[in-house]
Amino acid sequence: MSNNSILVVGGGFAGITAALEAAEIGHEVYIVETNPYLGGRVAQLNQYFPKLCPPSCGLEIQFQRIKNNPKVKFFTMSEVVSVTGTPGAFDVKIKERPRFVNANCTMCGECEKAATSTVASEFEFGLVDRKVAYSTHLFAFPQRYVVDAAACAPGELDKLKDACPYGAIDTADAEKTFDLQVGSIIWATGWKPYDMAKLDNLGGGKLANVVSNMQFERLAAPNGPTGGKIERPSDGKAPKRIAFVQCAGSRDENHLNYCSYICCMASLKHVTYIREKLPEAQVVIYYIDLRTPGRYDNFMQKVAGDDKLTLVKGKVAKIVECECKSPILTVEDAVTGIKGEERFDMVVLATGMQPSCAGSKLPVELPVDDDGFIIGGADKGVFAAGCAKLPLDVMKTAQTGTGAALKAIQNVVGR
Amino acid sequence: MAEKLGVYICSGCDIGKALEMAPLLEAVTKGKNAGICPVVKQNPVLCSPDAVAEIEADIAANGLDGVVVCACSPRVKWDIFQFGQGVQVERVNLREQCVWSFREDDKVPGLLPLMAKDYIKMGVMKLSKSRIPAPEVPETFKTILVLGGGMTGLTAALEAAKLGKDVVLVERAATLGGKAATMYKTFPMSHPYLKAEDTGVDQLIAEVTANAKIKVLTSAELVSLEGAPGLYSATVNAGGEQKLDIGAVVLATGWVPGDKSFLAPMGYGRIKNVVTAAEFEAMTKAGSIVRPSDGKAPASVAFLTDVSLCTQGTVGGTAEVCAPVDPLPETPAEGEAEVNPYADKENAKHLAYSSELTSLVALKQAGYVREKLGEAVAFVLYDHMMVPGINERYYKSAQDDAGIMLSKATITAVTEDADGGVIVAAKDTLLGADIELKADLVVLPTAIVPVTAHEPTMNLQYRQGPGFPDLELFDGFVDSNYVCFPYETRRTGVYAAGCVRQPMTMATAKEDAAGAVLKAVQCIGSANRGVAVHPRSGDVSFPVFNFQRCTQCKRCTEECPFGALDDDEKGTPKPNPTRCRRCGTCMGACPERVISFDNYNIDQIGSMIKEVYVPDDMVAGGPRVIVLVCENDAYPALDMAAFRGKSWSPFVRFVPVRCLGSVNAIWVADAISKGVDGVIMLGCKYGPDYQCHFVKGSELCSRRKTNIAESLGRLGVEAERVEQYEVSIDEYDKVPALIERFMTEVITKFGPNPFKGY
Repeated sequence: MSNNSILVVGGGFAGITAALEAAEIGHEVYIVETNPYLGGRVAQLNQYFPKLCPPSCGLEIQFQRIKNNPKVKFFTMSEVVSVTGTPGAFDVKIKERPRFVNANCTMCGECEKAATSTVASEFEFGLVDRKVAYSTHLFAFPQRYVVDAAACAPGELDKLKDACPYGAIDTADAEKTFDLQVGSIIWATGWKPYDMAKLDNLGGGKLANVVSNMQFERLAAPNGPTGGKIERPSDGKAPKRIAFVQCAGSRDENHLNYCSYICCMASLKHVTYIREKLPEAQVVIYYIDLRTPGRYDNFMQKVAGDDKLTLVKGKVAKIVECECKSPILTVEDAVTGIKGEERFDMVVLATGMQPSCAGSKLPVELPVDDDGFIIGGADKGVFAAGCAKLPLDVMKTAQTGTGAALKAIQNVVGR
Repeated sequence: MAEKLGVYICSGCDIGKALEMAPLLEAVTKGKNAGICPVVKQNPVLCSPDAVAEIEADIAANGLDGVVVCACSPRVKWDIFQFGQGVQVERVNLREQCVWSFREDDKVPGLLPLMAKDYIKMGVMKLSKSRIPAPEVPETFKTILVLGGGMTGLTAALEAAKLGKDVVLVERAATLGGKAATMYKTFPMSHPYLKAEDTGVDQLIAEVTANAKIKVLTSAELVSLEGAPGLYSATVNAGGEQKLDIGAVVLATGWVPGDKSFLAPMGYGRIKNVVTAAEFEAMTKAGSIVRPSDGKAPASVAFLTDVSLCTQGTVGGTAEVCAPVDPLPETPAEGEAEVNPYADKENAKHLAYSSELTSLVALKQAGYVREKLGEAVAFVLYDHMMVPGINERYYKSAQDDAGIMLSKATITAVTEDADGGVIVAAKDTLLGADIELKADLVVLPTAIVPVTAHEPTMNLQYRQGPGFPDLELFDGFVDSNYVCFPYETRRTGVYAAGCVRQPMTMATAKEDAAGAVLKAVQCIGSANRGVAVHPRSGDVSFPVFNFQRCTQCKRCTEECPFGALDDDEKGTPKPNPTRCRRCGTCMGACPERVISFDNYNIDQIGSMIKEVYVPDDMVAGGPRVIVLVCENDAYPALDMAAFRGKSWSPFVRFVPVRCLGSVNAIWVADAISKGVDGVIMLGCKYGPDYQCHFVKGSELCSRRKTNIAESLGRLGVEAERVEQYEVSIDEYDKVPALIERFMTEVITKFGPNPFKGY
């Protein structure tokens, strides 16, 4: 007996899209997401290119669709442990980590007020600390606090429990495993920013005022660690000269053997953030090619018209810092051949995207390439979508999510 | 109508700390709706399992058909307060938008209880005017019409057939295969992305023609598409006209090569040995790569993808692209039919938009030179090597070929040499200086121009015209203006895929075809269940027309962003529920107020506004301002502002609306005549990068606002008392300042509404 249900692994934009499109045709879907919230990487973005609109706008619609559709069920803080069975009749074992906060939570915030221990915020890429009782971000869905029991000081967990007026802190919460029976699986585990620390010559993770493009998104976000102020991490000052280093890790056989698709458009978008918030700041983008395909050309032309922006086809060989923590770049202009040193107040490394699963063993047999992208699986009833499959922008991610939903349905219909 | 309501007030989450419960309960038990509220209670934690069980018991014991939950925002605990099909629920947002965001006014202190009472009474009134909608469910056609028999269309037809759907595939040409059939090879479609490969189109054609679920019509054209999703009648001419029952359409008519005259600045038409990529492809496919001048095999071929000579002065003219959206049509004179001549949308920018494909094609065709011409060399001169994503690997494999020379270059001139060779002059190269390069043959890029840039294609028999209304915005591509929702256009039931939507590779087009098929199938299913598609997916409500009072003013038929309404010769609207997205723009447009939804209507919102207490003396009681709030974006922004501890004037009252497009002028007029001192409309950004989920709602509202303000002016009320602000969902921190601005610039400046107290 074949099962019509679909499991979607990953609750980012690809996964949510795939789940909703399948559910609105009438299939029961389960979303399994490792974070405490749905939305994935886009939840961390300030704005989308080229419209400069907020991702929370589209996510709000998606969450409304989830709320209104009983066919969609989701599990956060959960991961797939193993997959057995065959297409049409999979048995999937899921592990759910303890949240220590139950459905009674009203988001009143009393636990957060009572918490004293802090750890570096994963959501904010370490730019700020969060408390052990926390909500990742303003638009977090589901709206329910998380308690990081492992990071609590002795006795702190009980203190949090006492602070909650609604009995929502469950100190006895523990890891659970459960099984789901499904007919198809959509693999949409997305991407992670390439680890800056591997870009040794560019000072990634070492130099205070060298940040990643995703950190820059958070610095510009109104709900980010600075309330949307672009400032130097070292001293909180507004930078006057900012450089972008494109292909930080991408297009490099020693790091990522492909182009990460989004970074050129992302850096151009970041120029618009800077222009809005720091009207006088000078910006230089060092690039190999500016990859702005299709009608993105209009956006590129518009931003390139900024008279305080310089686009340099060139290679950044090295970044060091001066005693005032300003990054000094060793650069070579590819057209003029001129080599030199340039000092900036802040540098953004346009780090690429790496498949989230890169380097780890998948709980299901799927062919992957050397970089960790999934390159098959359809014959096994598993369909990859979004950046687990290819480096893509949000629009194309939604497109692949929709296509994967169709394939997953084909796999369970008429078996 | 909900006739037996239970009203529950939560005192948790600071509500009880800030408000005394007894007077709030009394506002209902002693209010004018007391008769329909048999159960009125408070609870310390309304979302607790015990409290929910109590509500369920009350419903059973008292036969309640409506529950008013006065607690947190409806965005929170949505799953807790659901009591089954027969029980309507209204959420009164006492926590975020009342208690948490309340700010004391120095001159008129202690207003919080009054505000809470207003909101509770508004919620009760709203629910009392709400019915459970019962949609008519049409029996729909299930066949999918695929327009275009190229790579995208063939793939779409097969994908739909694999799902068990019947398909009619209509292809204009005599044979299937489209552009793919004219290609020697295509760039890599799968791992490891290193080599050009066969397109596979012949295999695809064989599969499609052998598939019993797919009816193929070649040399065929769609003459017209009448009706609505699930209920279309397509007239197709394939050596004689035939009518087909169609559920939904996948538009995959693809592209045509760009007008070659745009390439004249690069020597095309002037120099014999300058050809286009399309011509070079045809040559290769035919078996011999030769120079047009002498029929000899070239020893060197230069592929130029930098098109700045052709696009100068046009690219970046975003002002042109973002031309103002179509103006609100004046009501046409009696009997005057609107005729939309189809303006051609091709321009030189299509060359720039095709950059990804022209780069990949240059790499591919440089490979042809190496494959077919032995010792010949290929040059590729590019501005930016536009191979985003995984195709970087294909670029790298070209770089590894010693016979392919690649360089960045800005082409400055293309001239003919005496011996028939072509001299390409370029600057900004990677070769150290400005260069002149001589090649036996020069290949210029071919622009991807969507078929829809030249013709309406769909031939929709819609009152608003035969094509897609947003094409100007996308230079003729049938694209979506939503980053998140690539298949959403303004014509429900038609889903575009492939190069008619965006320039894209075959690998992407095949995936796109699958996505469009899913949306088409989903649309038919939704129509068949009487529910809306995106963005109010699953909504069972629909606009109901009271035709007796209709004056045939045509506003609703003209303003519907989705062209859902046709009309008869007199101008009476003819609704097409399966085209409708339930935004309520028609309801907002109607001056006679003849359009309503069972659970959202003019009387309901008007009555809610009347529940707001307006003191006769503004100095003693403070002013009152009604804020009509878009529930999709502005409303969550208000919630978020409250979460962030923001507060604002205690004189405003929020009224959520489906979309600002649904705001009817009568609500504003009634509010002003009741003595309300000002009205704010808070909704999405509009203009070329609109964020309105219903495309036109906030923009239409802003135009109506101008009319409303003028009417008020004639009555002696300052036009400034009605204002619209654009707020996106993440501008929560700006909301308090916007409200403050209105309170000082309008209310303080103009003082009390002159109608107050009458």
